[in-house]
Amino acid sequence: MNRFAVLVVVLALGVSRADAQDTKKEIEKYQKMIADSSPVELFELQGETLWKKRQGPSNVSLKRCDLGLGAGELKGAYALLPRHFKDADRVMDLETRLLHCMVTLQGRSREEATKRVFGNADTPSEIEYLSAYIAGESRGTPMAPGSAHPKEAAAYELGRKLFFYRAGPWDFSCASCHGEEGKRIRMQDLPILSTPAAARPVVATWPAYRVSNSEFKTMQWRINDCYRQMRMPEPNYASDLTVAITTYLSVTGRGEPYRGPGTKR
Amino acid sequence: MMAMNPLRRISLRLAGALAAGLLLPLRAFAAWNKEAFQSRTAADALKGLGVAASSDSKDIVIEAPQIAENGQVVPVEVTSQLPNTKSIAVVIEKNPFPLAAKFEFGDGALPYIKVNVKMGESSFVRVVAEAGGRFYTASKEVKVTIGGCGG
Amino acid sequence: MADPMKIRATMKGDLADVRVLMVHPMETGQRKDASGNVVPLHFIQQLSVRVNGRLMIEGQISQAVARNPVFSFRLKGVKAGDSLEIAWLDNRGERSQSVASIA
Repeated sequence: MNRFAVLVVVLALGVSRADAQDTKKEIEKYQKMIADSSPVELFELQGETLWKKRQGPSNVSLKRCDLGLGAGELKGAYALLPRHFKDADRVMDLETRLLHCMVTLQGRSREEATKRVFGNADTPSEIEYLSAYIAGESRGTPMAPGSAHPKEAAAYELGRKLFFYRAGPWDFSCASCHGEEGKRIRMQDLPILSTPAAARPVVATWPAYRVSNSEFKTMQWRINDCYRQMRMPEPNYASDLTVAITTYLSVTGRGEPYRGPGTKR
Repeated sequence: MMAMNPLRRISLRLAGALAAGLLLPLRAFAAWNKEAFQSRTAADALKGLGVAASSDSKDIVIEAPQIAENGQVVPVEVTSQLPNTKSIAVVIEKNPFPLAAKFEFGDGALPYIKVNVKMGESSFVRVVAEAGGRFYTASKEVKVTIGGCGG
Repeated sequence: MADPMKIRATMKGDLADVRVLMVHPMETGQRKDASGNVVPLHFIQQLSVRVNGRLMIEGQISQAVARNPVFSFRLKGVKAGDSLEIAWLDNRGERSQSVASIA
């Protein structure tokens, strides 16, 4: 290539590597500042109220719900999810387990309890509030989802397969966005979630409050919305598929101390 | 709750009410500065605040991200190192209504605030501080982007 | 939400670090809801910070402050155990007041 052509190419590329690094640093500064002054705590407080509220035909609260550490034991429980639960003989994530307790302890129907799982800015859902509260109780605990039980190992394997499984009209898989170095959507760097380095900070900051729409989002929502963006059918709430993906991501990101429900753009 | 001593129940309710601010005198506030807040330009907003002239000052420290991933929440932190700072106003020049906030500080309050603002587009964030009877100003540019896949 | 305000006030040396989270939609009057109707203007206009009944900070804000506002303030000449009260009034005349002890 002659020197003139090289010059044109360099000018056309515009942003140098140094600029891109500065942008990334400035965005990280923004992320830190919004996390510092976030209304997330209000969701945790409301979640605590709902946890203690008597509901359903059995008129009991969720206080006796066993999230893995014993009935009503919340400190550090979220960090150990997803995990296998003997009573249901299933691997369950937070929302799946909450649903289980609503049905078995409070006597509510699955239909009633899942009527409105994803809320909005004006009216967050019950499960969103509860997720915020319970996740908050694991602040500082290293993420340690179950992996020893055969069903936990199977969930991990299924999750891993699903992560790379291309389908739908666009032939997308999770890896289409989250499987390659240097990818982004607008200003958002896309983390390679199949690697521990990228999965760890993600796993340590969900569920999360989204400032762009003032909504509190859970992992079930996140997976659901990813499938929507890939133009694939909506996964069933708290299905084995969704739990498998969360298991895969959580195991990949394990070890990271949980930072509490996050605050994201 | 049925078995609880009625007096204890009442005093618990009182404690709750106190914490919820229900037993406090209803607070009165100075009239909201409609003229300044409904101004469509930064210049008019400053006029509405009674700012005839202001000088640039390095003693007003604005901490704000250079790039905001989303304009719905942009954290702005202001510290005035000017002695006797009485008030701090935050003006977002390109917003449809530029004046976002004005805080007045009494004895014991540091001239410091952190507030989350909405920005419609990339703009300068201007801070005007009143100290010793005069007005001082500083500004910082914040670029607003839209992040992610809209999901 | 159950509590329209959450106050955290802690002594850091001889300064009190105050952070208050408020629950309020802070509607700009520009947003459309799911049915396409404009959501009317609804935002906090005034707020006050008092310690032991004494007015320390008075604030006036616009609809440009973010939904569910979070404010930080710093106070001096106060001590642990002092009573901190924050009050707000919005454009519809709705108000909220909350009290917390400085920790």
